[in-house]
Amino acid sequence: MTSKGEQSITYLILGVFSLIALLPIVGIIFTAVQAPGSTVGFGHFDGIHLGNFARAWEQGNFGSYLKSSFIVVIAVVSVASVLSLMAGYAFGVMKFRGADLLFYILLLGLMVPMEAIIVPLYYDMRDFALTDTYWALILPQIGTSVAFGTFWMRAFFRSVPRSLVEASRIDGASSWTTLWRVLLPLARPAVLTMCVLLFMWTWNEFLLALVMVSDEGLRTAPLGLSFFQGRNQSDLALLATGAVIVAAPVVILFVFLQRHFIRGMVTGAVKG
Amino acid sequence: MDSHSAMSSLPASVAGSVDDVVGSAAPGVSRRGRLRSDRRPPGEPRRVAYVYLIPAFLFFGGFVLLPLVHSIWLSFFEWDGITPGTWVGLRNYADVISDGELRASFVHALILIFFYAVIPVVIGLVLAGSVARVEVRGLTFFRVILFLPQVIAMVVVAVMWRMIYDPGNGPLNQVLRSVGLSDLATSWLGDFNIALPAVGLIGTWVWYGLAMVLLTAGVQKIPHSLFDAARVDGAGPVREFFAVTLPALRGEIAVALTLTTIAALRNFDLIYLTTKGGPGHETTVPAFQVYNRAFMTGEVGSASAIGLTLVALIFLITFGITRVADRGGQQ
Repeated sequence: MTSKGEQSITYLILGVFSLIALLPIVGIIFTAVQAPGSTVGFGHFDGIHLGNFARAWEQGNFGSYLKSSFIVVIAVVSVASVLSLMAGYAFGVMKFRGADLLFYILLLGLMVPMEAIIVPLYYDMRDFALTDTYWALILPQIGTSVAFGTFWMRAFFRSVPRSLVEASRIDGASSWTTLWRVLLPLARPAVLTMCVLLFMWTWNEFLLALVMVSDEGLRTAPLGLSFFQGRNQSDLALLATGAVIVAAPVVILFVFLQRHFIRGMVTGAVKG
Repeated sequence: MDSHSAMSSLPASVAGSVDDVVGSAAPGVSRRGRLRSDRRPPGEPRRVAYVYLIPAFLFFGGFVLLPLVHSIWLSFFEWDGITPGTWVGLRNYADVISDGELRASFVHALILIFFYAVIPVVIGLVLAGSVARVEVRGLTFFRVILFLPQVIAMVVVAVMWRMIYDPGNGPLNQVLRSVGLSDLATSWLGDFNIALPAVGLIGTWVWYGLAMVLLTAGVQKIPHSLFDAARVDGAGPVREFFAVTLPALRGEIAVALTLTTIAALRNFDLIYLTTKGGPGHETTVPAFQVYNRAFMTGEVGSASAIGLTLVALIFLITFGITRVADRGGQQ
């Protein structure tokens, strides 16, 4: 077989599978802009009716859902990344008793899915009267996020030349100054990758919100969409619009920072 | 790709190799010698380390480890969540094996591994084998598109595929009818025999892009000399794939299999949002049983036992995949 022929086959494989990945997404966008009350079905294009977005925002309460999601995501990502930077720094550049043990506990914790701890989490939160508050969504997700974040930042800090840390120390810098002034500027790409992954996982989290929150005003975007689906089976266009609104923030972030998403995911990143 | 990101975050499974990769990137490690048999690059002992660890471990301990221990405690009780519970020892675990509905849920999870993990990795390998032999332009563009299903919330994926599978005006049945295959048109998520594969294929759609991107990246790291040597020996595309590409991709295959298998085992969102375990119990999975028993039917102890069994299964399979991948590497 000629190299030309092999090249065509490679492009054919890439093209077909890209198309399969893309078609449902294009379909839901087409459906989202269908005429209101349209019954032509998923994926048909009958012009662009952006009024659906206004309807979903008000009738579907998606304004409120997005607000809840942003509150939770910003709290989780900002707290978890600072704590992960600190813990990853300790694991990466310092030597202390129990380092290996603590690290292996962290690794095991990384593999514990939310599905396995949701039951006790709910009853613990209920005992502290925290169910139906943002705390019930924020605190557990900081817990699962720091496990991944610490792991990720540790790997980065171990790749930093030791001489840099030593030089900073000889210059009289405290460990705190070394972290924030000397190492953080270098760590920016790694931190950004960590942040976009945590953003995506937190934004898309469904089970925790389903269990912890029943107040309509606290519902996050994915949870809101699932309830909206229950109420609006017949209005295909409106449901599709809701779906597009819920997916949009992560997809937009992905389009701009795709390198970071892919670098993170390809290294096998998981979060509990 | 930066050195720090090389295989860095796969939990436990590749921890050893992570240390090798990252450790070797840090100068000064080898000089420290083996006297202390310490591969860790960090030098001086610092008590202050604990101060840096405490905040993260407070959250991790309080919201991951403690619930896990609490879950073990709960799993020994029969408890409805309200009235005082009764100690039942290991009966909840025995039920995982003896209760037909529960056993079926674990079998379903294993079947879903085929759709979430095996098919995507096979698709990824087909692409990897073909990319290995040619120069491809615009790979970044394809990577972005192939990755899109990954970043979309499962709720949105479920809404999308319910519309596609819709028995009435869903595009799948419409296409089948228009090409004269109306016999095949069916209620995809409502049919007792088809619902599980139909849900599984949604998982395939979500995950094959990751496998393709991961394995393609792996192929590009294989030294060209290996392919040249194979070609000098007269190897065709198929022999070349099995002799060069496949063995070299062992690490990437392990990562892809681990990620997708965990996704298949912990799968809750997609089932809850497409079939709610139905029709009958045909698509029920362990994570759905956890939710249903703890919060719908008041069987908190049983739900905890199922969750912990799931954790054990995830540990076992992850270590198993890594063991196989490592052993292959030593030969």
